[in-house]
Amino acid sequence: MAQLSKSTKKIEIADLTVRYDGLEALKGISLDIYENEILGIIGPAQSGKTTLLKTINRTIEFEPSAEVSGSVSIDGTDIQSIRNVNQLRRRIGMVFPLPVGLPMSIYDNVAFAPRTAGIRKRSELDELVERCLKQSALWDEVKDRLDSLGTKLSGGQQQRLTIARALSHQPEILCLDEFSIAVDPVTTMRIEDILKELRSQITIILVTNLVQQARRLADRTAFIFESKLIEIDENDVIFSDSPAHKLTYDYVHGNFG
Amino acid sequence: MATDPIPSSSPTEIIEPQLMFTATEQSRKKQMAENVARAIFFVMTLLMILPLVLIVVYLCVKAAPVLSPEFFFTNPAKGMRAGGIWAPLLGTIYIVIISLLVSAPIGVLAAVYLNEYARESWFTRIINLAVVNLAGVPSIVHALFGVGAFVYFAKMGRSVLAASLTLAIMTLPVIIASTKEALNAVPMAFREACWNTGATRWQTIRGIVLPNSISGILTGIILQVSRAAGETAPIMFTGAVFFKAISEGDVFAYGLLDRFMALSMHLYQLSTQVPGVPEALEYGTAVVLLGAVLMVNALAIVLRVYLRSRKRW
Repeated sequence: MAQLSKSTKKIEIADLTVRYDGLEALKGISLDIYENEILGIIGPAQSGKTTLLKTINRTIEFEPSAEVSGSVSIDGTDIQSIRNVNQLRRRIGMVFPLPVGLPMSIYDNVAFAPRTAGIRKRSELDELVERCLKQSALWDEVKDRLDSLGTKLSGGQQQRLTIARALSHQPEILCLDEFSIAVDPVTTMRIEDILKELRSQITIILVTNLVQQARRLADRTAFIFESKLIEIDENDVIFSDSPAHKLTYDYVHGNFG
Repeated sequence: MATDPIPSSSPTEIIEPQLMFTATEQSRKKQMAENVARAIFFVMTLLMILPLVLIVVYLCVKAAPVLSPEFFFTNPAKGMRAGGIWAPLLGTIYIVIISLLVSAPIGVLAAVYLNEYARESWFTRIINLAVVNLAGVPSIVHALFGVGAFVYFAKMGRSVLAASLTLAIMTLPVIIASTKEALNAVPMAFREACWNTGATRWQTIRGIVLPNSISGILTGIILQVSRAAGETAPIMFTGAVFFKAISEGDVFAYGLLDRFMALSMHLYQLSTQVPGVPEALEYGTAVVLLGAVLMVNALAIVLRVYLRSRKRW
């Protein structure tokens, strides 16, 4: 798919505030994410980046103490108005910092989500598993042992397996939360290459601790600090010598605090 | 254990490396304390095992004269002074199976609800508290409840069914507790990974949680078999009788509303209520009861070892 016009809004977040037991993890965040872009989200730990991702696929609802106000819309539909929350979660692929291989075969790891979505035909599953494992650059390493346990793979392989699983339900949006924390640099570069290829097909939100990673990969980058959105702009601006906020400049250039 | 012989007051003094690890008076003392401690723990472990071994050996020797296939397949005879244990053995098998058929599904499903679905609230907290406390209630109390609820209120009379349900009530909280523990052992990250792919709670439970906790769940249930088989109090008020002849060799000899004999009850009667019972008969009954319990427990251990060997993370 060729790049659509950059102005198609995929996700619109308006005045989003999330509290855990009354403590604000996100304060009035408003930002738009365009179709087929990679949006980098940077900011120090505890600034609410992960919470933002969890709000988008509504897994925040598993946190009993969390309280959400404001709105998140995908393709113009408020996600709170979507009655089948599992349908929503299928449209969003999630990759979290620590790789999680499910305690089942590599094949089943990838086939799990399609099966829950009702795909039963073996040929269809085979094809899907192969495509996802290829997309996550794991296929060549595991194609001869799809029956072995996903949990027995190395950390880097498990993270790519996690990405394959996130792609297996054919999401429109892929969220990655500091995916490279438990992964060696070589694997990180391979995954980054994958993301660049995927950009033409899906919208990618890349939360990262590594400022340089956002700089390399993202089209635009948002800087979140102390639960507030400080700035969101094209990478050219954020990483230039003159972003709109001095705070952004300091963070990006590493002279913080 | 190596001690630190470097005097802290004079840091300039250099000690030969090999000197640092040679035994000093102090380290020898520590080594001795270590040996004494180890010996004490070892003796205590022996003391724990010894009674069990002695009991088993003593029972087997005393029971040897009666242990034969006929012993299992004949009814007690001549006012309990002869014959075998067919009627009580079958009764015990009946009540164990029926009670577990009731308590295992209810217990496992309740535990799944409490662990996987229920949100933390005052209601679930009360239920959890009740489960823990019920598990500690003496069996005689369960017996009284069984008499009131099943024998009289539900008009089952003293019967196989009433006794089985009483045992089910007794084993239920323990099964819930052990199942919850097994479910808890499945890492939360697995569930979250599934939820993130759009799997429902039930799909997650069926696909990930149950397959990976089934060993713990089964072990918990099996251990309740031995408990249900060994209890006397809950059944003596609710259906177990002193004597009931049934057709020998017929496994369907008891009806659900019949009174029945049970091994634990039978053993109690033989040893306290009937004068002149041959010793071997008493011990034979005890060996069968103990053997059944040990076998079931061994099964649980084997199952656990087997399933742990193919643990998948």
